[in-house]
Order: sequence, then C-alpha cells, then structure tokens
Amino acid sequence: MKRSITRLLMAPSVILLLVWMVVPLSMTIYFSSINYNLLYPGRNNFVGWMNFEFFVTDPGFWIAISNTLTLLLSVLIITVVLGVALSALIDKPFAGRNVVRVLLISPFFIMPTVNALIWKNMMMNPVYGIFAWISNSLGLEPIDWLSNYPLVSVIIMVSWQWLPFAILVFVTALQSQDTEQKEAAQMDGATGWHIFRYLTIPHLARPIAVVVMIETIFLLAVFAEIYVSTGGGPGYDSTNLAYLIYNQALLQYDVGVASAGGLFAVLLANIVAFFLIRAVGKNLTV
Amino acid sequence: MTLTQQRKLKTILVGIASWTIALLLFFPIFWMFITSFKTELQAISVPPQLFFEPTLENFTIVQERSDYLKHAWNSVVTSFGATILALIIAIPSAYAMAFFPGKRTKDILLWMLSTKMLPAVGVLVPIYILSRDYGLLDTQLGLVIIFTLMNLPIIVWMLFSYFKDLPKEILEAARMDGASPWGEMTKVVLPLSVGGIASTGLLSIVLCWNEAFWSLNLTASEAAPLTAMIASYSSPEGLFWAKLSAASTLACAPIVVFGWFCQKQLVQGLTFGAVK
Repeated sequence: MKRSITRLLMAPSVILLLVWMVVPLSMTIYFSSINYNLLYPGRNNFVGWMNFEFFVTDPGFWIAISNTLTLLLSVLIITVVLGVALSALIDKPFAGRNVVRVLLISPFFIMPTVNALIWKNMMMNPVYGIFAWISNSLGLEPIDWLSNYPLVSVIIMVSWQWLPFAILVFVTALQSQDTEQKEAAQMDGATGWHIFRYLTIPHLARPIAVVVMIETIFLLAVFAEIYVSTGGGPGYDSTNLAYLIYNQALLQYDVGVASAGGLFAVLLANIVAFFLIRAVGKNLTV
Repeated sequence: MTLTQQRKLKTILVGIASWTIALLLFFPIFWMFITSFKTELQAISVPPQLFFEPTLENFTIVQERSDYLKHAWNSVVTSFGATILALIIAIPSAYAMAFFPGKRTKDILLWMLSTKMLPAVGVLVPIYILSRDYGLLDTQLGLVIIFTLMNLPIIVWMLFSYFKDLPKEILEAARMDGASPWGEMTKVVLPLSVGGIASTGLLSIVLCWNEAFWSLNLTASEAAPLTAMIASYSSPEGLFWAKLSAASTLACAPIVVFGWFCQKQLVQGLTFGAVK
C-alpha cells in the first residue's frame, strides 16, 4: 500500500524527466541519420553517416573542438587557481570581510548576455573602453581585443563569471576546516605557507574536484557570451562546439548535420558526467 | 616588532589585498551602474568620467525604445511560473524519496542528476522543431516548460536534502496519531520546511532569470525575457552604452540581491550537495 503511494508521488517528476531526456535525444539521433534541411522540406531520405562526415569535415570543426578545449582548460585553471588563492586570503577575518565577499561573488549573478556586453563595449572597446584608456595613459597602443584576441576575450568574460562560483564553493568548504588542527600546526612552528600547502589544499581536494566537474559541464556549453560578443568570429577564431552546432541548425537550417554535431556534444559531456556522478554518488546517503 | 604587532600588520595587509581585488572584480558592475546615469556622450567620453551630473533619461528611453516592461514581465512570468510548477512537481517526489526510501532511491536521484548533464545544444534541434510544431516558439508557455524541466533535477535534489534533515520523531508522532501520508506531507513536513522550500525556489528563480541559451534560441520579439532583450543591444549600429547600461542595471539588480541572499543554497544546489 505504502509502496504504491510512494510510486505515485514520484511518478510525475520521473516520467517528465524521462520524456525530457528520451524524446529529444532520440529525435537528435534520428535526425542525424537523415537528410533534413528546413529550407527544403520533404526530402528526408536516410543518409547513414553522411551528416557526421559533413560535420567532421566542416572547416570549422577542428578549430571549434580546439577552441572548446582551450576555453575549458583556461577557465578551469584561472578559476581554480585564483579561486583557491582568494578564498584562502579572505578566510581570515579583516575589516569589511562580508562586504568583500559580496563584491567578489556578484559577477556570478550577472546574466551572460549583460556580461558579454559590458566587457565588449565598456571594457574592451579599442577606442572608448577602459582598457584602451589604460593603455593610452601608459603610452601604449590600445588593443582591439575582440578582433585580435577573440578567444582570449571570451575566456576573460567567462572566467569573470565563474571565478565567483569557485570562490563561493571554496569559502564554504574552508569554513568546515578544522581550526584546532591549524592552531596545533602553528604551535609547532608551521609557517603560513606550510599550513596552506599541507592542510588547506588537501582539505580543498574534494571541493576542487567538484568545481572542476560542474564548471566543465557549463563551460563545454558556453554560448551566450560568444553569440553576443564575437559571433564566433573573426572567421572561426572564437567558435566553439556549441556555437558551431547553433550555426548549422538555426543559421544554415541544416538539421541533419546539426544533430550529428549535437551527438558529439552529448558524448563529450557524458564522459565528464560519468566521473561527476561517481564522485557525488559516493557521498550520497539515502 | 612584537608578535601581536606582526599579526595586526598582517591582518591589515590581508584586508588591503582583499579589498583591492574585490573592487577590481566588481568594477565592471560598478561601471555599468554609473554609466546608466550618464548621457550617451558622457558614456563614451575619453578619459572615462567618474563624476558627472546624473540623469534618469536612459531609463525612460529604454522603456520607449525596447518596451522594457514587457520583457521584464516575460522574465517574471517565466522564472516564477517555472519555479512554482517545478516545486509542485518536485515536492511529492522529494518527500517520497526522503521518507520512504526504497532500494532504487539512490539510483533515481543519480539518474535525475545525470539528465542535468545533457548539454542543451545536443537537443537544440528537436526542441526547436517540437516548439515550432506545437506553436510554442516565442511564447511564455514554451519557456516555462523548458525552464521547469531544466531545473527539476536540482530542485528535487535540494528538497530531498532538506526533507532528510527533518527530525524523524515528529513524523512518527504524527503517524501514531493516525495521519495519512498525504496529511503527513501537508500538515507536518511542508510547514516545517517552508524555509528550505523558499530558498530552493529562490535559487531556481535566479537560474531561470539568467538562462540565456533557450531564451536566445526559442524566443523573438514577443516572449523574449530580459536576457534575450539585452542581446539586441549588441547591434553594431550606433553606440548606446548608457541605454544598454540602464537596461542591464534594471535587469541584473534584483537578481544580484537575490543571489546575495541565497549564496549557501547556490553552493548546495549547484554542487548537488557535494559541498556544504
């Protein structure tokens, strides 16, 4: 009796999520095997692996893969290294610590489109931007960030958004660090560096792993920042996998090829998810 | 220098370093905020102006030019609608899993988490085509459905961890008094976890409000929430920095404040309870 009520209560979310997962994914798989362009409806013959071939031989494919991985690794390194350093810095009390914390985490709550536009216009514009003004004041030639270093520009924007997340997680994790252990180490004459290296870093190992995995899921799918700031260009210079697929689907209307690309993205994310779920699952007590 | 003096000096140095870095990282937001009170000419002046006579005209122009309130209303409807809908669906499941766990409960929770790992771009095409065929493109309802499903795993997961922390004795007492499972849930569990449900909802609102992928791809002029409306300011014709800043400030201010209040839930929700 109890059993059936429990099932009934769980049914809505389980069924909805199952539909949400299975229906679109099987459609993606189906589309990836047929010739399907929104501009030429009705000619949906089976084409086997041709869409995959098309996607992989697209001139942008390898650039997009390399950009996706460069973006991912750069942002991960920046956010984790700076995140650990900054959260260790603000772990000790000082005047106005709470305000500092609020300031540090705020960029995470700025919507991606606004983020991209603030940086594109007000910071990185080669004529009127703050960076150009700083360069000029120092007697240097201003840099046209978005044209000359498009991928670096996107990396800056995305890191600015995700560094606060890393800080937030690490600060939360540091609060649960054993203070007695630290004090004992201090009594024994350990320096600040030693405490950081041998107590703080090991304590943060798990949170770091979690941050890396969560960020990976989101960073593989960076879209809005590129869409608003560089439009993937110049050329393919700042196109990542997500943007390339969008380009195929909604700009070139090629559903078949876009679906094949989508499956690549799913595959990439699944490899990461596998490790994440194992890590979280270990700590889950029911 | 004595040891206490050394300590004091260190605290001061740490304070200065932290404040400097925090102000640098916050600067773009600060700059957006003050630019929204400038005229367009002041906004692009070189050198940048920190002191000027503030004007409110950008805020009125933004409303006239891009119908700000309509898009703000779209954001409100979609984030609150999706949050309420997701809570209604998630509460019974989380309750069942927390209080009547079976052999498979853990697997179901992990499976739910795994659906969150599916990259949106992998299902962009079918969702776009389904929305088109069912007339959901560029409608509030379409976005509400997507947002609900998108956040459902996080919401179930967070509610589950709140419910699990409730004292079991109270429930047993209620059961002894002959309460039905339904009565237990509505009369005992829900009143006790109002705080947890509220902060879960808050997190969900923040996530929906800032969602950009689906908003950009599934809406046009009618149902575009603020994330998509702001993107229309990226057009290269003319510089509208002051107006862009005004629109952005209005769009971000409420959510930044919400965010300050739900920091803890954010960590818990986004890391699926792996970091507390």
